[in-house]
Amino acid sequence: MTEIKPKAAPSALNETGAVRLRRSRFDRLRILLSRAPLTAWFGMIVVAIYGIAAVFAPWIAPYGEAEIFAKADDVWSKEHWLGTDQIGRDVLTRLLYGARNTVGIALGTTMLSFLIGGGLGLMAAIDRGWIDQVFSRGIDVLMAIPSLIFALMLLAIFDSSIIGLILIIGVLDATRVFRLARSVSLNIAVMDYVEAARLRGENMGWIMTREILPNILPPLIAEFGLRFIFVFLTIAALSFLGMGVQPPTADWGSMVRENARWITYVPYFPFQEALYYALKPLLPAGCIALLTIAVNFIVDWFLHETSGLRDV
Amino acid sequence: MLRLFEVIGKRLLLGFVTLFIVSLLIFSAISLLPGDFAQAVLGQSATEDTLAAFRAGLGLDKPLIQRYFDWIVGVMRGDFGSSFSGRNSSGFDLSRPVLEIMAPKLRNTVFLALVTAVIAVPLALILGLLTALFRNSIFDRSANGLTLTTISAPEFFLAYILIIGFGGLLPTIANVKPDMGLFERLRLVALPTITLTLVIVAHMMRMTRAAIINLLASPYIEMARLSGASQTEIIFRHALPNAWAPIATVIAFNLAYLVVGVVVVEVVFTYEGIGKLMVDSVGSRDIPVVQACALIFAATYILLNLLADLIGIFTNPRLLHPR
Repeated sequence: MTEIKPKAAPSALNETGAVRLRRSRFDRLRILLSRAPLTAWFGMIVVAIYGIAAVFAPWIAPYGEAEIFAKADDVWSKEHWLGTDQIGRDVLTRLLYGARNTVGIALGTTMLSFLIGGGLGLMAAIDRGWIDQVFSRGIDVLMAIPSLIFALMLLAIFDSSIIGLILIIGVLDATRVFRLARSVSLNIAVMDYVEAARLRGENMGWIMTREILPNILPPLIAEFGLRFIFVFLTIAALSFLGMGVQPPTADWGSMVRENARWITYVPYFPFQEALYYALKPLLPAGCIALLTIAVNFIVDWFLHETSGLRDV
Repeated sequence: MLRLFEVIGKRLLLGFVTLFIVSLLIFSAISLLPGDFAQAVLGQSATEDTLAAFRAGLGLDKPLIQRYFDWIVGVMRGDFGSSFSGRNSSGFDLSRPVLEIMAPKLRNTVFLALVTAVIAVPLALILGLLTALFRNSIFDRSANGLTLTTISAPEFFLAYILIIGFGGLLPTIANVKPDMGLFERLRLVALPTITLTLVIVAHMMRMTRAAIINLLASPYIEMARLSGASQTEIIFRHALPNAWAPIATVIAFNLAYLVVGVVVVEVVFTYEGIGKLMVDSVGSRDIPVVQACALIFAATYILLNLLADLIGIFTNPRLLHPR
């Protein structure tokens, strides 16, 4: 990433005589962003808004997370901009806290699965011996069960606490991360400089983090986005089924479930009521959909930039 | 020819080993259950005798390995044990066999999945082919954007949008009864089918498109083009025969995905299928039913993937000579 800055008229003499200037990180970021397509901008803005909502939820939200008001199932008003839910909690407040809980849990789960899957994948790729064989075969078996089904089965046995949920989904999802981490680092693990590091006597941790990890970072980051979407949707589905995040914690998946009682009557209501009752479950569901679309757009752009991938 | 059988034999063996380990995993789940679940199932007022009888009935006094083999032999005969619900503290056993509970629901789910597959597979293949052919056209781009949206949205979001949009015209509660005619059944499952179709067509179409574009970029297609073959000739004579393996994989993968998607959709439309049964049993901690459902889902998933691999082997002779 070095660049020649022409000072006078572009000539061979000037070019060779010029000082080679290195672009700063900030410059490179600015140039990268200026090339970003509209969809990527849309994605980044949406993610930023979600981030702000998640971090500052207690300060932005008009009421407390589980505060209950006298009028349940209320329509929109000055006090409750988006009405109240079936037991009288402010919907806007629940949505904002939902950003914090739902996105936070999904992010924590994805990080856990990358820690486990990425770590084991790198180890397997460096080792290429019996560790690799044991992990790979074991993970083949785990991947043979659809993860939603596996998660449901485990949740029938363990309580669905938030920690339990993060552990179950994180471990199940680590299998997918393992596959990718192993296959991309296999190409790097055979490089001469890795061999050199090994002969130098560096330990496994050094080779993993200092020699291989920096070289496989781009595909892993893209995969992080995709895994986040998958985990986010799985947890939303579980919560929607009543097996995920439990009340009174505000969560979008459970909010859809709680507010959907009237949805089948919507086509028969007069317009105004229909709108209220249709939007109550659709707002949290839409929040979920919007975030996944936004992250998808960013990942698409990122893949395009880092791999020169033109299609697919 | 001998090699072909060898490869297929290896793949089949691998499939069965996987199935075996998965069944072992699902079974051992029951021994992970915290505390004494005999008490939890039968209630606090159960006497020591009824508790002991319940444990003996489940064979909890036997070692785990023997229990596993008892269970798996029963499963192969179609006997999944009996449900936890319907038992009470008096020791009077009203529980029904799991198979009896499951059979009609399994039939319903298979019906829903079949109807969806019949609509979705040809639709996705045609759309995938067309978008690959007219790459970067407006048609391709709008299809791309639309499918990205339907993939990103959770199934229940699509389902609710459809309910609001078509709720006046089509039934939103799919309460099928055993004595209904085919037409009435089809009308009831219309909305669930459309929801599932939207999701898997999007996946399948994108994967088909990617597979064909990948193929069209290979040197032998370039060669055919340079030798003056027409576009249709290239597609049907040169590209498609080689595309069957990836397409079969795509189809099997998405039918396996259907297995999972069915859970949420059945709950939304209160369709009495195996997915809803599993969710209900997880809620009531009816472990034998959960195990049976999980085993059926996992087996379907494994068999579909096995089938995809086998089709891949049959249609691609190069796989027979791995270097």
